[in-house]
Amino acid sequence: MTIAEDPATTNPGYKWVGTRPIRPDGFEKVTGRAKFGADLYLPGMLHGAVLRSPHAHAKILSIDTSEAEAMAGVKSVITGDDFPPAMGKEKDMASNTIARDKVLYEGHVVAAVAATSRAQARAALDAIKVTYEVLPHVLTVDQAMAAGAPVLHDGMLTKGSEPAATEPSNVASRVIYQGGDLDKGFAEADVVVEHEFTTKPVHQGYIEPHAAVADTTPDGRSTVWCSSQGHFAMRTYSAQVLGWDSGRIRVIPAEIGGGFGGKTVIYLEPLAIKLSQKAGRPVKIVMSRDEVFRATGPTSGSRMTAKIGATKDGKITAADVHLWFEAGAYAGSPVGAAAMCCLAPYKVENFTIEGFDVVVNKPRVAAYRAPGAPISGFAVESVMDEIAKSIGMDPIEFRLANVVEEGDTATYGPKFPRIGYKETLEAIKNHPNYQEPLGPNQGRGIAVGFWFNAGMNSSATVNVNEDGTVNVLTGSPDIGGSRASMALMAAEELGVDVARISPNVADTATVGFNDVTGGSRTTLATGGAVVNACRMIIEDLRGRAAKQWDVAADQVEWVDGQAQMVDGSQPPLSLADIAKGWARTGGPIAASASLNARGVGAGFSTQMCDLEVDPETGVVTIVRYTTAQDAGRAIHPSYVEGQFQGGVAQGIGWALNEEYVHNADGVMENAGFLDYRMPVASDLPMIDTVIVEVPNPGHPYGVRGVGEVGIVPPLAAVANAVDSATGKRICHLPLSPIRILDALLEG
Amino acid sequence: MSTKTHVTCIINGDETDFLTEDGESLLNALRDEVGLTGAKEGCGTGDCGACSIIMNGDLTASCLVFAPEAQCSTIVTVEGLADGDHLHPLQQCFLEGAALQCGVCTPGFLVASKVLLDRNPNPDDTEIRYALAGNLCRCTGYDKIVRAVKEAAVQLRENGKVQA
Amino acid sequence: MTFNPGGLPVKYFSPSTIEEAVELLSSGPNRRVFAGATDVVPQMRSGRPAPDGLIDLKGIERLISVTDTGSMWVIGAAAPTVRLTSNPAFVASFPGLAEASGLIGSDQVQSRSSLGGNLCNSSPAADSVPALFANRARAVIASGAGTRTIAVQDVPTGPGRTSLAPGEFIIEFEIDRPTTNSGDAYFRLTPRTEMDIAVVGAGARVDLDGAGTISSATLALGAVAPTVVRVPDAEAALLGAALTNGAPSDDVLAAVAAAASAACNPIDDKRGTIKYRRHVAGVLARRSILAAIARASAA
Ligand SMILES: Cc1cc2nc3c(=O)[nH]c(=O)nc-3n(C[C@H](O)[C@H](O)[C@H](O)COP(=O)(O)OP(=O)(O)OC[C@H]3O[C@@H](n4cnc5c(N)ncnc54)[C@H](O)[C@@H]3O)c2cc1C
Ligand code: FES
Ligand code: FES
Repeated sequence: MTIAEDPATTNPGYKWVGTRPIRPDGFEKVTGRAKFGADLYLPGMLHGAVLRSPHAHAKILSIDTSEAEAMAGVKSVITGDDFPPAMGKEKDMASNTIARDKVLYEGHVVAAVAATSRAQARAALDAIKVTYEVLPHVLTVDQAMAAGAPVLHDGMLTKGSEPAATEPSNVASRVIYQGGDLDKGFAEADVVVEHEFTTKPVHQGYIEPHAAVADTTPDGRSTVWCSSQGHFAMRTYSAQVLGWDSGRIRVIPAEIGGGFGGKTVIYLEPLAIKLSQKAGRPVKIVMSRDEVFRATGPTSGSRMTAKIGATKDGKITAADVHLWFEAGAYAGSPVGAAAMCCLAPYKVENFTIEGFDVVVNKPRVAAYRAPGAPISGFAVESVMDEIAKSIGMDPIEFRLANVVEEGDTATYGPKFPRIGYKETLEAIKNHPNYQEPLGPNQGRGIAVGFWFNAGMNSSATVNVNEDGTVNVLTGSPDIGGSRASMALMAAEELGVDVARISPNVADTATVGFNDVTGGSRTTLATGGAVVNACRMIIEDLRGRAAKQWDVAADQVEWVDGQAQMVDGSQPPLSLADIAKGWARTGGPIAASASLNARGVGAGFSTQMCDLEVDPETGVVTIVRYTTAQDAGRAIHPSYVEGQFQGGVAQGIGWALNEEYVHNADGVMENAGFLDYRMPVASDLPMIDTVIVEVPNPGHPYGVRGVGEVGIVPPLAAVANAVDSATGKRICHLPLSPIRILDALLEG
Repeated sequence: MSTKTHVTCIINGDETDFLTEDGESLLNALRDEVGLTGAKEGCGTGDCGACSIIMNGDLTASCLVFAPEAQCSTIVTVEGLADGDHLHPLQQCFLEGAALQCGVCTPGFLVASKVLLDRNPNPDDTEIRYALAGNLCRCTGYDKIVRAVKEAAVQLRENGKVQA
Repeated sequence: MTFNPGGLPVKYFSPSTIEEAVELLSSGPNRRVFAGATDVVPQMRSGRPAPDGLIDLKGIERLISVTDTGSMWVIGAAAPTVRLTSNPAFVASFPGLAEASGLIGSDQVQSRSSLGGNLCNSSPAADSVPALFANRARAVIASGAGTRTIAVQDVPTGPGRTSLAPGEFIIEFEIDRPTTNSGDAYFRLTPRTEMDIAVVGAGARVDLDGAGTISSATLALGAVAPTVVRVPDAEAALLGAALTNGAPSDDVLAAVAAAASAACNPIDDKRGTIKYRRHVAGVLARRSILAAIARASAA
């Protein structure tokens, strides 16, 4: 346990934690001042632009950049040859950043230019001559695994296959989780339901396209401004792709306009750094939306089978789940996490969960909010709904009959500590919305979701200013109000007004290492580092007061932002008092803390979707949506609700309309918001939230990550509601009007 | 050598001029030449509303406008909503209602909401949702945005000062 | 396929008279008129060959005015559609056309998008076009040879193609004011409520005679064929139909739906399948005819 433990965990008598102050960075963001990735301009800055492959799979025979280089205003041109060979552990990342001998998807980077104007950069791209030898491509797991399929990576042998693989294939790896005896379990079942499911790749859909500005000196030191979910990661990855020492790169975080996992990876930074180095001037590269769709994100498309057996009184006896996930062009789909999460909400003795990571000629998948879990959850939760229906049990009661609780062993191994899963089911059961009558053509769907949440590494520095105000520095980009949470926790610890705390996201040169803002970890882990640093400050302050009063430190306690003698024999000293006199007590007051967070609390969510289906056209209208999720402790409840609502909205989009559409040549056909169809405001109702607070024993305030699990249930909740409205079980996403009408017309 | 066009217009109440390529978008001109980076490019093709401005009184996607079209026009951007250090009620309500997460869509939503409330001081939820359908937000699920706009409408009605 | 924004090497012109525009259009090899540019900009960005001269029609007063002459409405081809949807008198005259125009994009697009652009971009899915067909609108066309007037229906000839000759552009649309009780309506099917392109669109116009029977009906479908199409068989089925409880008989409605489905010559594409489009064309045809009848009856 690296985060300090506190008996206060179960005591909600906080002064600041749980309040809803205006976030410190809010004013900049409502007045247009906040600087996002594309908003930085440097003197002499050049415009960068990227040449991408028009083919889904091809050998690069030659690249002739001479004409482009000779053009007026073109200051540098780079290709894969400007980087060290892609090899070792970082081989895939390096060749995804810029292709070497082969392009593996439409949109794969082939070259980049920097020029004095956008127009000139664009013209220079047209002047680069690339000769390709087009290769046959594969777009789905089935195509990729078919006999005789073209193999994307020559030496790729399936890891974890039994028996060991000897022939290269497109299956990168196999994972398996097993327990008990499947045959016995299914034999005990009164009902067995099995379905095959498919889902399409979907994009994180952040509104801000990727952007990076680099200013590199000729001797190879670079300052980079970019919007990412982790500027330390951007530094590390850039250094790896360039073959540089990390210390040569300083990354300054811009505000980030959404990431949802998709900005934990590098795309532009090494290109900008290299272009700038060759040109001797700063270079900015901003992706277009088209590039964002074709070359970043998405998460996996999949094929799955799920078979679950249960007794007629609602006990699950066995579950057999098989998952095939598209990884995109390089190994690394979230199939492992998907396998671990899908049965985690249930006590099930006899089970097999098998997953395959399959490469295809599409963009390399990136993390997307609870990566993998929504996909496998769609399959399992759809089958759970069918079973509840066939044994005539309420879907919430059916889940309550199989619920995991503290002390139960998860299907993926560990024992659950205290969790608030059952409480989320009960919150929905007791919600007035659960009693709302349904109209004609309306249906109600229930689904649950699980996500581990992450811990990882964080650092924080707390500097007390000379007037007793406090600067908190962390290295975790603020995506959805984390500055506010950091300030609230520091205020709570130090006992000072939250208005006297300035939380800052500091760059890689000015604060200790922080992993990415992802895995719902920031409030937990970076917050833990802030709490620890504050506690070090308090130790220091008590010592200084003791010195001033000439007593032992244990005679001094820190209460309500003041040092007090235990016996009350001295007038208390406030933080400001001690700061004012710091020259006499040892100089400025500062502390830094770093940790590897361990006490991660798992997240559970139960959701209910009410919708209406137009029986003549298959169009779905969401009429009501209710979500209950365990937050452990809501530090800033508004932003917790916001996380719940945002996850639900993305999940609804995934369920109903979002998908990557590729043509037979492997070219994406809907690389824009008009045809990708994310939900707009008029597509959604209010999203009713219930914050369940079952404190996480591993965090000083009981925090659990809240960012991700909310996107796990909607896919199945929507599908289950469509089934409830129409009597049609649809196992393929998206549930577009076309698909629903097809099912209705089947009769 | 390409020749540039000289454009003079009123931006947020001030006479402003800039040079631009004819084919450049007004969004790029505002950002690159005028230095107003509040309007964002989320798509460049009219689909997301992040670049929303008010041009001659109409809500407009500045990415769809050629920069020379701004000649003699009157433009309001998100930078022009506050009155000095006095936030517009919409800005205040977005802050208080946590109607922004990452905040990149926020300038567009504020501008679009202002146009809505100027036209319809008392919109219902559905009217708000349809009026803001041209603005994509991927973070919030729109719930808190709709509430913030409603709250701002109440405040503006109470203050009786729907600004021009 | 393009990947980078900005940097479009074109020249911008802003004529203030029709004559000037005609002159500009013919004085360069690759010149194009535009109104809102809401089709032009996305197309230029998607790497389609860009014109080298763009002629902005919005500086010409006649092209942006919307007037009621008493016998007809005259709508400037470049008038932003918000000028139609926010004009109560126009909305009262042609609620269906107003609705169809109001479906184009968002408010941010509506301040730019024009009927001239919607028609001349010649997408089969253009929302205002079925409603223009249904109301038998006429287009007044300018060129070096003067002006000519043709039925709007004769303008689109295929996806992205029109019957306009090089050097021609549309000045305005004329739509006769109805002389009897009449109503129009437009329905479209999109997966999202807003910001979406029609998978199927249906525009209808119904005129009733003094006895309350249908004296004329027009039905046009969008997104189901290479251009917007009229459905003569449905119109014939409706002609002379009597109304009971404000609706024609179920047989007539079934005939309308069947004729609409049969009139489809759709393709499978990223937005819809042939099967889906055929089915929904029938559904929307019926809905739009019923809505038009309801309006005509209330008129
Ligand atoms: C985000 C977004 C959403 C959209 N949603 C919809 C929708 O829901 N429904 C829909 O139908 N459309 C939609 N569109 C497409 C577009 O907005 C409409 O087609 C619009 O009506 C085009 O008008 P415009 O004035 O902008 O055309 P422009 O882009 O200016 O011109 C389009 C074409 O017509 C030609 N042209 C323009 N005016 C004339 C004229 N007077 N004479 C001859 N040729 C002319 C131009 O040369 C060009 O080829 C959408 C576009 C965007 C960006
Ligand atoms: S950037 Fe203009 S609408 Fe998206
Ligand atoms: S707050 Fe992030 S897109 Fe709206």
